[in-house]
This record gives sequence, structure tokens and C-alpha cells, in this order.
Amino acid sequence: MENRRTKVIAALVENKPGVLHSIANMFRRRDFNIESITVGPTEQEDLSRMTITVKGDEKTLEQVVKQMNKLVDVVKVSRLEPENIVTRELALIKVNVPDTRNRSDVINCVEVFRGRVVDVSPESLTIEITGTPDKIDAFLNLMRIYGIMELARTGLTALSRGVRSIRIEE
Amino acid sequence: MTEMSGAKALIESLEKQKTEVIFGILGGAVLPIYDLFYKSKLRHILCRHEQGAAHAADGYARASGKAGVCMATSGPGATNLVTGITNAYMDSSPVIALTGQVPSTGSNTSYVIGRDAFQEADIIGITTPITKHNFQVRSAAEIPKTVQTAFYIATTGRPGPVVIDIPKNVQTEVTDMDFSNGIQIRGYKPTSNPHPLQIRKAAELLAEAERPIILAGGGVITSNASSELLEVAELLLAPVATSFMGKGSFPEINPLSLGSIGMHGNPVANKLLCEADVVLAVGTRFSDRSTGNLGSFCAPAKKIHIDIDTAEIGKNIDVDVPIVADAKKALKALYERLAKQLKKKKSSAWKKRVKEAKEQLNPPSKGESKDLKPKALMQELRKLLPENAIVTTEVGQNQMWAALYFNALKPRTFISSGGLGTMGFGFPASIGAKVACPDRPVVDIAGDGSFRMTEQELGTSVTEDIPVIVIVLNNSVLGMVAQWQRMFFKGRYAAVKLGSVPDFIKLAEAYGAQGLRAASITEFTKAVKIALKSSVTTVIDVPIALEEDVVPMVPPGCGINEQIGDY
Repeated sequence: MENRRTKVIAALVENKPGVLHSIANMFRRRDFNIESITVGPTEQEDLSRMTITVKGDEKTLEQVVKQMNKLVDVVKVSRLEPENIVTRELALIKVNVPDTRNRSDVINCVEVFRGRVVDVSPESLTIEITGTPDKIDAFLNLMRIYGIMELARTGLTALSRGVRSIRIEE
Repeated sequence: MTEMSGAKALIESLEKQKTEVIFGILGGAVLPIYDLFYKSKLRHILCRHEQGAAHAADGYARASGKAGVCMATSGPGATNLVTGITNAYMDSSPVIALTGQVPSTGSNTSYVIGRDAFQEADIIGITTPITKHNFQVRSAAEIPKTVQTAFYIATTGRPGPVVIDIPKNVQTEVTDMDFSNGIQIRGYKPTSNPHPLQIRKAAELLAEAERPIILAGGGVITSNASSELLEVAELLLAPVATSFMGKGSFPEINPLSLGSIGMHGNPVANKLLCEADVVLAVGTRFSDRSTGNLGSFCAPAKKIHIDIDTAEIGKNIDVDVPIVADAKKALKALYERLAKQLKKKKSSAWKKRVKEAKEQLNPPSKGESKDLKPKALMQELRKLLPENAIVTTEVGQNQMWAALYFNALKPRTFISSGGLGTMGFGFPASIGAKVACPDRPVVDIAGDGSFRMTEQELGTSVTEDIPVIVIVLNNSVLGMVAQWQRMFFKGRYAAVKLGSVPDFIKLAEAYGAQGLRAASITEFTKAVKIALKSSVTTVIDVPIALEEDVVPMVPPGCGINEQIGDY
């Protein structure tokens, strides 16, 4: 069986209008599937960093990286090897807990998962949780018992372990 | 630093890029630029439709090897360029498309970008997937650097079209301009030198090969690598097949030439490619029309793939030795390496096989046919034209007959829409090619269906004094689709017959061009001779049978060695 696990690509791109469009457009045009994409500024102010997770076999991944490299505004693309990276995702979850007994159960779960309650109302709790996507999935499975009213996930972001980086020297 | 308007800076920048001609149509959002054509060294050729302008720029680029430039106003002008830009993108042609745009800012706040202003279209959004890169200029001072960068991107690496979108207020804005060299693109550094280790591996494979074959693509033409290709082929005694886009990269009368491969390829090329033990593919992307079913494509062979675009390596087929490099440099390095190892041979068992296959699969035509058969027409046309004449084609049966039976002898003399398959490309492209090479005959091999998609450019050709020859293979039907309907849809001719076809002689004459009709080979010869001497564009109407098939053919889904029909 081909390994179709989620793969992580990090890219440094020009920080200017239209770049996200050209990358997203290329994914659509080439029939690649983006699972998640996060974009933000870097320590170099004219560059943004994108973390893209893609599902596909090795061949598809190789094409994704090559096609990204062809885009003029993409400065550097790198595949991050799963065993050598730290990954994090943040989720905000609004849980339906009108019943006070349930409420303390939920708060216990939040503590076990090292999350935080960031907003409370008579009917709901809003929880912030950070971690690997697997951990967030596990937490969400628990919360489904109580009823998830609303969910916002940032998508995965990642860095290589140790001193390795995709930084470019000016 | 000199103070001037954005429009003036654009013209000066184009001149610095040695642009001599712009194909275009003006309109409201480019008037400040067009005003400068009132007195300018730059030649502007007013086309009759923006699609024609884009194809003409493309034809100019392919014939000359330089960037071709086209221009259109905002909105519909820009969107009419889209087919032409896509065509250039699919065939890796360096076209610069300049578009006007509604103002980016101004006192009339409803006539600005984003407000659905009159003749506003998001041409950057529209052309992102069909350009190598695109720019929207947001201030006049950016123009010199943007134009430099656009030409650099369009013409280097794997060439491709670049759009520069210029809002009207930027054209009129006056500011200090800096024309110094300022190309700095950290995300774009095309590779051109081959890796020595890969060259060594390729040379080892080729030196050991018993049945080597070369597959030359459009990249050989783009990088002007034809003489290097010939050297390698002759040293290895390797026959050369080309892709459709590679037609002209190797002289098709050379004993080692097999013609082009593919769905309507030469049976010799298709057959021998599947017999080879080592395939050296240069500057080709293994398109579906070239390879047929990938499962049987060159299955037993070791494959070496030279391409300047890394993303083409492994995209469609897996290869044994990838070489990311400019075709000319890679072939030169390969030749040097091989020349040390190999002695030039006079013959080999493989060369004998090539000769035998050619005799069997490309038998000489039996006797002189007086019928107007496309094969005979193409072969006759080759005899009538000088070696350096440029042939463009439309798309469909006319194109495939030209590919099969018209021998291209030199690079940049066979210009056709390969990747996109754009009907209506050939005629405006012939105008562009003629502008690039005014001293050489330029002939568009057309069908009546394709020609009518851009026939209005007869106006351009006559008014601007750009004489070309259009040969209309007239069967009053959209021939290639009719052929597919015959073959795969039980001959149910749905929506394919053109019914009332204009009298092409009268049509030509209505535009001030010359119209001739050829109902026999003798008349065809006479007409082409008249046209070649004429100083005005000539349309030659050649009636052919409605049910004429292009064969041989690889049925869809089959391997290229499963061709049906005789050459």
C-alpha cells in the first residue's frame, strides 16, 4: 500500500498581495488537495511562512513541491519529515453545557488535555486547546458527548527540530 | 533618473528590451499608452480581435525566438487575450501580454478597481493559472523594473507568457524613472547547466545501448539545440523521433529521422520507440497525445529525460536518468562525453532495422495521384516551398495531415498549437511569423472550420501589408470531430456540418486579398506558385472530400504501437 499519510510542506513566500491566491490556484488547477494551510509573518518581514498539509502518495507530493517551486513568488519549499518536526495546532471549541454537573466533567477533561477555558456563559464553555492534530481530535471526540456548538481550528503549523531550518540567508 | 509618465516609461522599457512590434487593439483603459504610438519607433499592428493579437505575438515569438508582445484594453479586451495566452502557456512560448486596467485610485471613486467599474475584469485572477507569472503595476515607478523582470521570466528557463496589468492612473502618473538593471527575483533561478554525474550516467546507458532512440521535443527548438541533437544522433546512429512540438528540431529528410510520434504520429516513430532499449528524451513533456497509453509507452526501455523544468521530470512517466538542464548545454555535454568513449560508426544492426521499418511503414506513394488527397497536397507543398519557408497550421485534420506528410527541415519553420489545440491559431500566428521573418514565405495550412475562427485578421494582413498564404482544406465540416463521430459515434454527425460555407475567393477579395481555387494537384501547384510571387495575402481554397480520415491513428486509450490505418 502506498503511504497516503498526511504530509507537511513548509514554504517561504514573498509577503505581498496575490501570493496566497497563486498558490491556492495552483493546487486547484493541478488537482492537489490541501488538508490545511496556515500563513503568517516570519522573522524576515518581507517573507511569509506557509505550512501546508497534503494527503497523497509520494509521487503526488513530489509534484506538489516541484510545482510550488515553479511559482515565482515562492522562495523556498521544503518537505518536513514527520519524525523530525514539532507540530502544533490550536482549536477553539464552544461546548454546550447547560447542566452544571456536565460542566465540571468538561473542565476536568480540559485539565487533562492541558487546555484552558477562555469563556464561560450559562449555556456554554469555550475552550482553547493546543497540540498535535491527533490530540485535538481526541479531545473533540470527548466533547461530542456534550455537544459541540462551534469549532474553529487553525490548521497545522510546524518547525523542524534542532538547528535545522528552511530560513534563507539574505 | 528621468521624469516621465508611466505610459512613456512603458514604451521606453519595451524599446530597451529591443521590442520592435506590438500586436494589439486599443481601448479606453490604454489610451494614454496608445497616444504615444502617434509618434513612436515601435511598430503597432492593429489586429481585428485580441485573440488574433495574442496568437500573432505567439507566432512572432516562435518564428524569431524573441518575446512577442501583445496589448489590449481592460475588461473584454483583456479577456479576449485569454485563449491566446493559454495557448502560449501550453506550448511554452514567450509572450508578453500588456493589459489596461481601470484606475487603482482616483477622484471618481466608483471608477476604480474592485467596484465593478466599466470594463473592469480581474485579469490577474483570470490569468494566474495560464501564465508563467503576472504583475499588476500599482505605481508608475514600478514600470521599468516590472518590464525587465517580465521579459526575463518569459524568455528564460522554460519560457512562457507573462501578463502586465497596468491601471489607467498609473499610465498617466508622472514620476522619476530608474531604468537601471534591477532584476532581483529570489524565487526564480532557472537551472541551465547539467549535472556532470547525470551526464555520465546517461552516457554510460547510451554507450551500451543496442537500440538507442532519441525523442526530441519543443525544448530542442527553444534552446536552439538542433545542431547538438544532430551530432549526438549521428554519433550514436540513433534514429530521432520528435514530439509534435519538436517537429523541425531534426531535418525530416535525414535518414535517421522517424517523423513525429503520437496519436497521429508516423508509424515508424511509434513502432521503433517501442522497440528501443534506451530512450533519450530531450525537451519534451510526454503529453498524452504523444505517448498514448502510458502502460505500453517505451515499456522495455531505460529512459533518460533532459528537461529544463524540474516539474516535468517524473510528472507523466518515471525515468531512469533525469537531467535538469538546458537542452543545448546537456546535449553538448553528452556529446563530449560520448565522443571520448565511442568511435563514429558507419552502420549498425539497429540502423538497418530503421531503414527496413521505414521502407515497410513509409512506402513511397504509388504513382502520381491527380486526386486532391491531403497527403499528396502536403508532399507537393513541400516541393514548392523553400527550405526556410515557415508553415503554421490550424487545428484538426489539417494540422495532423501537415504533421504526418509535410516534412519540416529546420527549427522554427513549423508552428502549430500543440498543447491547447486552438482552432484559429494558425492564421494570426502566420501574420506574426511573417512580421518576424518578412523575407521568407509564410503559409498557414488551414481547414475551413478553423480559418473562420480568426479569418477577420485578413483585414490586419492586408491593411498592414503582411502578405501570407492561407491554404484552406475545405470540406465544409469540422473534420476532426466528424472523423471521431464516424469512428466512435456510429457516424452520427451531430452539429458538425458547416452548411453554408462562404466562397473563400470572394471572402478574400472582400478584404482586398487574393483568392484562388485549386480543384486538382496541377491547379494547386499553379496557385501556390502565384501566391508565392504575390505581394498580397492569398487564400487558396482547396475543396477536399468530406469523409477523408486522418490515418494512421492511435485510438484513444491504446498504446502508440497499436496504430490503425496505413501511412
